[in-house]
Amino acid sequence: MSLLKVRGLTKKFGGLVAVGDVSFDLARGEFLALIGPNGAGKTTCFNMIGGYLRPDRGSVRLEGRDIVGLPPRRIWRMGVGRTFQITETFRSMTVRENVQMALISHHRRSFDMVSAAAKLYVAEADALLADTGMEAHAGRPCSELAYGDLKRLELAIAMAHKPRLLLMDEPTAGMAPSERVALMALTAGIVAREGLSVIFTEHDMDVVFAHAHRILVLNRGRLIAEGTGDEIRADATVREVYLGGGAIRARDEADHA
Amino acid sequence: MSFYFAQLLTGLANASSLFLIACGLSIIFGVTRIVNFAHGSLFMLGAYIAYSVVTRLDAGVFGFWFGMLAAALAVGLVGLAMEFLILRRLYRAPELFQLVATFGLVLVIQDVALAIWGAADLLGPRAPGLARAVRIFGEPIPQYDLALIGIGPLVLAGIWLLFHRTRWGILVRAATQDRDMVGALGVNQNWLFSAAFFLGAALAGLGGALQIPREAVSLQMDLNVIAEAFVVVVIGGMGSVAGAFVAAVLISVLNAFAVLVFPQISIVLPFVVMAVVLVLRPHGLFGKPGSGHGAPGEPEAPLRHMSGRGRMALAALVLAMLASPAVAGDFTLILLVDLLVAMLFAASLHFLMGVGGMVSFGHAAFFGIGAYGAALAVKTLGLGMGGAMLAGPLAGALGALVFGWFCVRLSGVYLAMLTLAAAQIVWGITFQWQDVTGGDDGILGVWPAPWASSDTAYFYLAAAICLGGIWALRRVVHSPFGYLLRGGRDSPVRAEAIGLDLRRHQWAGFTLAGTLAGLAGTVFAFSKGSVFPDVLGIAQSVDGLIMVLLGGIHALAGPLLGAGVFVLIEDWVSRLDFWRFIFGAIILAVVLLAPDGLAGGLERLRRLLRRTTGGGAAR
Ligand SMILES: Nc1ncnc2c1ncn2[C@@H]1O[C@H](COP(=O)(O)OP(=O)(O)OP(=O)(O)O)[C@@H](O)[C@H]1O
Ligand SMILES: [Mg+2]
Repeated sequence: MSLLKVRGLTKKFGGLVAVGDVSFDLARGEFLALIGPNGAGKTTCFNMIGGYLRPDRGSVRLEGRDIVGLPPRRIWRMGVGRTFQITETFRSMTVRENVQMALISHHRRSFDMVSAAAKLYVAEADALLADTGMEAHAGRPCSELAYGDLKRLELAIAMAHKPRLLLMDEPTAGMAPSERVALMALTAGIVAREGLSVIFTEHDMDVVFAHAHRILVLNRGRLIAEGTGDEIRADATVREVYLGGGAIRARDEADHA
Repeated sequence: MSFYFAQLLTGLANASSLFLIACGLSIIFGVTRIVNFAHGSLFMLGAYIAYSVVTRLDAGVFGFWFGMLAAALAVGLVGLAMEFLILRRLYRAPELFQLVATFGLVLVIQDVALAIWGAADLLGPRAPGLARAVRIFGEPIPQYDLALIGIGPLVLAGIWLLFHRTRWGILVRAATQDRDMVGALGVNQNWLFSAAFFLGAALAGLGGALQIPREAVSLQMDLNVIAEAFVVVVIGGMGSVAGAFVAAVLISVLNAFAVLVFPQISIVLPFVVMAVVLVLRPHGLFGKPGSGHGAPGEPEAPLRHMSGRGRMALAALVLAMLASPAVAGDFTLILLVDLLVAMLFAASLHFLMGVGGMVSFGHAAFFGIGAYGAALAVKTLGLGMGGAMLAGPLAGALGALVFGWFCVRLSGVYLAMLTLAAAQIVWGITFQWQDVTGGDDGILGVWPAPWASSDTAYFYLAAAICLGGIWALRRVVHSPFGYLLRGGRDSPVRAEAIGLDLRRHQWAGFTLAGTLAGLAGTVFAFSKGSVFPDVLGIAQSVDGLIMVLLGGIHALAGPLLGAGVFVLIEDWVSRLDFWRFIFGAIILAVVLLAPDGLAGGLERLRRLLRRTTGGGAAR
């Protein structure tokens, strides 16, 4: 049985169809890339799956259970982790404390008014940071981190409750090309080890083709292609949309310069 | 029928004056994101200046209207000076820090007006040519009211033209919507801000000037009008001039009819309307999401446990305080109890604002509910001190539980204003419900139990309770719950994304802060032996804000430091003539010299000393 079933997902903003009638399945342990030019509707898809936006139409089933209409926190408790295109972290805390907060929530101790928060789940937090190559930064204030490190921190936070499904919105944005490949290799390793499923969006085609098991291509809210790396590379419509992979790379670079 | 029409016209005339003051406030907030407490003072200055000009000139038609415009212009220049000399230096300071500065200005302007115009109310002349009443459907309507009804929309139209037909106006609107964008356009922000201040101040001055034929000019005009002006701005949506107009009409007309049914309602009605509007529309009628937020502040450093040396210093301070009855006189002990109460009150407000990011302009509500809860427990329920000391904080908790449910749905200035509304509603009820609360006469005879009735014994009791409360708060700040509140302040999205219901936690945090404020109010009530409605007043809330912001919002010790300095300065200064001026000037000086509060200022001083003495070289 597939982990996630998305059917007819639709969202309009005013007259603009941000996501139109998108359907796909995600298998357990699958590493799925959701690609498309800027404004294609990738983030909007994530927001609907994660509960941040209510779809106008369509259904999202997680292991058979319809999760449309549930708030993000409930979906998180069902084992869906999320990283953001524009990072969201607790700026006034250290890197380790950010991960500790997720662990505290996972262990349902957020109403604890007596214990010292900084002393809780230190070992687990450090293990998660080590997994994402952030151990050296553990004691630093989060507000000092470089953008790429913030992305890594978000990944560590998202892994804290051992999710079954991870939604990663542009996990490598703001990183140098070599870093990107390294981070995705690391993520692929975690996916294989923990058996979790991942959907990620990405503008860097090298990263996508290197790691994705399967690729979905969105354009103007519509799903225009679906397949393995080779199939997508050969797809005429996709080529037309992208005018060759280089253009995407260049635009991405410009975005985050 | 005709009577109701007359009532409607009165309502519309009031709406015009209210609009004039509120629209300036809204423009200033929209452009500079400063919540200008001194706007009421500008209104008052307008009235005084107009009075002087009109009574000096012969009161012909020309003299009168010239006086109005001259007052507007003069107040506009005062506003410009305010911006140029003080507020401009604070745009980078933490959000709301300017609030304290503008409150310092309120105090300064109060005493300047007192020195120039004296304490007695001044009765202005009628408007020449408009001094009589005309009969409309048989009811007498003052001609001047009709003129006012015309002036409001006229000013609105003028502002609309200015905002839509001039380059400056378009920039103002752009700045109201997105400050960064204007910065990116390369527009000189200083110039834009100064102009906004001039315009807003001149409108307030005009509003005040136009009041002189209707009401006596007095030193109470400033704070009387400011709360209602805030209400109008918030209902309309911060930064929206048209919204301010609609809101002014809504409130004034509702009020004109509501008093017919229930005469006591005018004190609370605007606040009730505001509460209802904000619960239904969290950004006011015409406000945009985010319109209630100032510029993002500097990131705060992660929380650290106190260093060994810090702990020792703290312990020494507490010990010195506890040993003071051995040497100090009764008078000092009473002052120390005031200090302890202020510290607990400020710490609870800091917990809400600094830790939880929920800015409250009405924290006095819970202080006062606690004080009244304890007093009523003694007087009405006949409980002893012990029972009353439980009843007070419990009442504070209940109040915070109820108001918090509404308040945590909002954020930024809208939240601050809803808390202000809550406090004003409670104040209004207390003030008018004479049978239970004694109204203005308060509740007397709330004395401690015999064993605690000596000054020394009560000092120790107060110290135990207040220091205990502060210690407990500190503990909570370091707990998962406190961390979570801080996290929610940093990023609500992240809190949700790690599975947390931020609102529920904020509600609990709000209640906790209210409980401890109530506890402070309880200790206060027994130390004075009486309670009066001012424990719930705006001034009490503002005192708390000043303590927190003066001390430094980013440090846990900030509110304690702020409360200490505040109480000591107030005690010293309030014995002097023109103490408001001196106090206001001190506030302004601190704000200008240490824009990150006393804690921040001390920290910088320490670093400077280390550097100059070479002590820092080892690092
Ligand atoms: N809250 C919103 N209100 C109105 N329009 C929106 C909103 N969110 C997204 N859109 C629009 O919907 C479309 C899809 O946006 P989305 O952010 O999903 O694209 P994306 O594929 O993630 O793009 P990018 O690669 O730039 O991140 C865009 O045209 C965007 O402007
Ligand atoms: Mg996106």
